[in-house]
Amino acid sequence: MYEQIFGKYTPEKENLIYILHEIQDSDPQHYISEETVHLVADYLNIQPAHIFGVLTFYTMFSTKPRGKNIIRLCESPPCFHRGSEKMLLKLAEMLKVKIGETTADGLFTLELCACLGVCGNAPVMMINDDVYGNLTEEKLESIINSYKGGK
Amino acid sequence: MKFYRSHILIGIDDTSLAAGVKEFEALLLSELEKNKLADEINILETGTLGLFGTGVSMTVFPDQVTYVNLKIEDIPEIVAEHFLKGRPVSRLALKAPLKKHYDFNYKNRIVLENSGKINPEDINDYLAAGGYEAWEKALLNMKPEQIVNEVKASGLRGRGGAGFPTGLKWSFTAPIQAPQKLFVINADEGEPGTFKDRLIMEGDPHKLLEGVMISSYAVGATKAYIYIRGEYKLCITRLEIAIKDAYEYGLLGKNIFESGFDLDIFIKIGAGAYVCGEETALIESMEGNRGNPRSKPPFPGVEGAWKLPTVVNNVETIANVPGIITKGAEWFTGYGPDGCSGTKVYTIMGDVNLPGLCEVDMGTSLRTIIDEFGGGIIEGHQFKAALVGGAAGVFLPLERLDVNMDYNSLREYAAVLGSGAVLVMDERTDIVEMLYSVIRFFRHESCGKCSPCANGNEMLYQLISKIRKGEGTQEDLDNMVVIADTMFHTSFCALGQSLVMPVKSALEHFRADFLKRLKIK
Repeated sequence: MYEQIFGKYTPEKENLIYILHEIQDSDPQHYISEETVHLVADYLNIQPAHIFGVLTFYTMFSTKPRGKNIIRLCESPPCFHRGSEKMLLKLAEMLKVKIGETTADGLFTLELCACLGVCGNAPVMMINDDVYGNLTEEKLESIINSYKGGK
Repeated sequence: MKFYRSHILIGIDDTSLAAGVKEFEALLLSELEKNKLADEINILETGTLGLFGTGVSMTVFPDQVTYVNLKIEDIPEIVAEHFLKGRPVSRLALKAPLKKHYDFNYKNRIVLENSGKINPEDINDYLAAGGYEAWEKALLNMKPEQIVNEVKASGLRGRGGAGFPTGLKWSFTAPIQAPQKLFVINADEGEPGTFKDRLIMEGDPHKLLEGVMISSYAVGATKAYIYIRGEYKLCITRLEIAIKDAYEYGLLGKNIFESGFDLDIFIKIGAGAYVCGEETALIESMEGNRGNPRSKPPFPGVEGAWKLPTVVNNVETIANVPGIITKGAEWFTGYGPDGCSGTKVYTIMGDVNLPGLCEVDMGTSLRTIIDEFGGGIIEGHQFKAALVGGAAGVFLPLERLDVNMDYNSLREYAAVLGSGAVLVMDERTDIVEMLYSVIRFFRHESCGKCSPCANGNEMLYQLISKIRKGEGTQEDLDNMVVIADTMFHTSFCALGQSLVMPVKSALEHFRADFLKRLKIK
C-alpha cells in the first residue's frame, strides 16, 4: 500500500528514516502502525525489530495514533525560563488532555519537544509544520481556535 | 536587466512566517500593482533581518528604512506615503536605538554577511555578492593540500562546541587513499538556545554549499551529506533549492569547471534526537539506525559512515571556509585573539531587551554581547546569571560577566564556548528551577546506551526534583556533584560528560538558591 513512497527510495537501510517520515506524514493519524513496520521491513529487507528500535528512538515518530494536529511545546531551558510550564498547563486545561494524549474529537495531540531553535521568541511551540512564538495564555486560545475552524 | 528604483527586502524566517509574512507579501505586491509601481519597486525575499520579536519586518533600499511589526492594514499607507510620495512612514519604522543596534550588528560579519541582504532562494543574488569565487579559485588554482594548509594557518576551530582545529581534522583524512571518502555537515542543531546554523541556512544557504564544495575537495571527498534536523523545514526547503540551482550552474556534478573533480551533495534528514549532534551518533543515524554513538577510535575521519573515511563539520565552521580561501588565512586571523581566530555567532535570549543574534569577533566580552547586542537586561532588573553554551554549558555569575568569549579564556573558568548560546537570567530567576530544566532535558535526551549517562541522569533528576519539593538535604547537594563527576569520567560520549558543567557551576555560584530549598537549613 506504500508503493508510491517506496518507489522513491532504493531498498537500502539508509532510506529508512525518510520512508518512515513520509509514511507518517501521509497518515491521517500521523503514526506508524505495526502492520506498516512489517511492510517497510519487507521492502528494505531488514528486521522489524530494527525498525521498532528506530521508531522508538526518535521523538518525531509515533507508534500510536495521534490527532489531526500535533502540538509540540518546547520544554528546553530557554522556553522553560520564559514560562513554558504555564503554557503547558493552559494547553492541558483548554484541550482537556495530558502530555502525549489526543483530544476526544481527534483534533489535537499534545506533545513536548526539545529546543526548536526559535529561542529569541520563547516560549514557542510548533503545530504541525508551523512555529508559534512569544506565547501567552491569550495567544494560545486564539491559535488553538484558529485550528478548530477546519484549518 | 530590469532597473528598479527601489528594493524591498522582506525577512522570511520562522519568526516572520509565524506572523503571517506570506500573506502580507502577496497583498503588498497587489497594492504595488494597483498603484502601477510593480515595475519600479522590487520585492525580494531574504533571510532573517537579525531582529526578533518584530513580526513581519522589511528593509527598503536605497532609503535604508526598516519597518517592523507590520500589519496588513499598514500596506496602503506605506505604499501611498513611502513609495508614491517618498515619505517613509516613521510611525512604523525602526526607532533610533534599535536602528543603531541593527547597523552595529552587521559590522563584523563573515558567515552571516549576506543574511538579510540577499534572496536566499536566488543563486544569482549570491553570485552577485561574490559567491562561488572561492570555489572557482580553490578548484582551479589550488591543490587540496594548499587548502588544508590555508585553513590550518587560519586557526579556524570547530564551531559546533568542541572547538577542534578544522585544518588538523582535515589533515587526518586528506592523505588517506580510499575508493570513496565522505564529507558530512552536522546541521542537527539541537543544543537548547542555539539557532545560529538555522540562520545561516535560512539566510544564505549557498554560503554553506560553497564551503562544503571547497572542504570536500580539500579532503578528497566526492560525496557530501548535509545532515539536518527534521524540525528545520524552511532550511531543508532552501537548501534543496540551492543544491538544485548549483547543479544547474555547473557548480556541482561531474567534472566541475572541467577540473576532473566530481561532487554530489545530498540532504539527510533527522527525526528528533539531540544525541545525533554527536558525530558518530549522526553517522549511525545517516545509515538508518538508532542514533547511538560509536566507540572511538576508529575516528570517523578514518572509518566513518559505511566504514568510509568521513569528515564531519558544523555548519558555522564550514561557512567560514569560502572567506578564508578568497581573502586568505591572514585576513581571518585578523579577527579574534591568537589561537581563537575568526568571528562567532552568538544567540542571545532570556531576560534581555533584544533577544536575537550577533556575529562578533571571538573574544568579545560576555558583557558587551549582553549589553550592546542583547540590548541589556530588561528595564528595572539586574543580571543574575547567564547560561553560556547551551544546556551543556555553564551558569556564569555576575563576577564573570567580563570574561572574553573565546575557547581559551572560558576554559580558565572551567566554562565552554559551546554552541554560542547565551541565556540571560535576571534576579527573579531561581537557579534550582533552571538546573531542573537542564537535567530534565538531558534525562530525556540520553540515548540509553551506557549506564553512567542513562542512570546518572535519572538519579540527578530524582535529586533535583526532591530539592525542588523542599525535601532535599545537604547530602543530596553533595551527591549531585559526585554523580555528575562520575558521569563525566565514565560516560561513553560527550552527552553524559556534559552535565557536570551546569551542575557544578550552579551549585558553586548559586548555592544560596539551593540552600533556601533544603529541608534542614
